[in-house]
Amino acid sequence: MLFYSFFKSLVGKDVVVELKNDLSICGTLHSVDQYLNIKLTDISVTDPEKYPHMLSVKNCFVRGSVVRYVQLPADEVDTGLLQDAARKEAVQSKQ
Amino acid sequence: MNYMPGTASLIEEIDKKQLVMLRDGRILIGYLRSVDQFANLVLHKTVERVHVGSMYGDIPRGIFVIRGENVVLLGEVDIEHEERKDLEKVSIEKILEAKSKLQEEKQEKEKTKFKAMKERGLMPTVEQSDDMY
Repeated sequence: MLFYSFFKSLVGKDVVVELKNDLSICGTLHSVDQYLNIKLTDISVTDPEKYPHMLSVKNCFVRGSVVRYVQLPADEVDTGLLQDAARKEAVQSKQ
Repeated sequence: MNYMPGTASLIEEIDKKQLVMLRDGRILIGYLRSVDQFANLVLHKTVERVHVGSMYGDIPRGIFVIRGENVVLLGEVDIEHEERKDLEKVSIEKILEAKSKLQEEKQEKEKTKFKAMKERGLMPTVEQSDDMY
C-alpha cells in the first residue's frame, strides 16, 4: 500500500519507466493501481529507437510485473516523508 | 465515467485499437474487447506486426485471448499517426523472409562466438528462454 500511495502522490509528474525488457519509456504519470500497474501519457521512448513500433503510441499502460525501475525527479520526492511512512508501515506489519 | 477513480484501469481502453507488446517480443495490434484484474486481454481483428530494419509486415491473426502475465505493455494506437513515412510496409512473405534471414545471421554469429570461446577453453552458456527478459 505504501508505494501505491507514494505513486499516487506523483500523478502528473514526468517519470521514466525502465522495463525488464530494457525498454525505457518517458512520460507523464497518469495513474497507478494496487498492482503498481502504471499508465503514462505523452510517451517517448528515451533510448535509441530500436523499438520503432512505439512511435504511433502516445499513451500506454504498463503492467506492474514488468517494471524494473521508475526514475523520478529528485525534487519531487520528500525522502524524509518516505522514510517516516516506511517506518510506520514496518511497525504496523510487525504487529 | 471512471469505475475505480485513481486506478490505472484498462476499462477505458476497451473498443480502442491497442498495440500490445508481449514478453516474447511479439507485437500484436487489435481492438481491445475485454479485460480483467490480471490484465488478461481479448483482442479483436488482431494483426501481428513483424519489424525487420525499416520494413514491417502485418500478419492477420483474428481473435486473441492473451494471458495477463505475458503482457508487457498496452498502447493506444493513434489512428492519425499510424501512417509512418520512415517505415515501409511490405508483404507477409517478404517480411517473414527478412526475419528468417535475420535469425540465420544471428545464429551464425552465435556459432562463431561459441567456437571462439571453446577454442579458448571456455564453456559458453546457451540461453534457453522464450522471454525477452
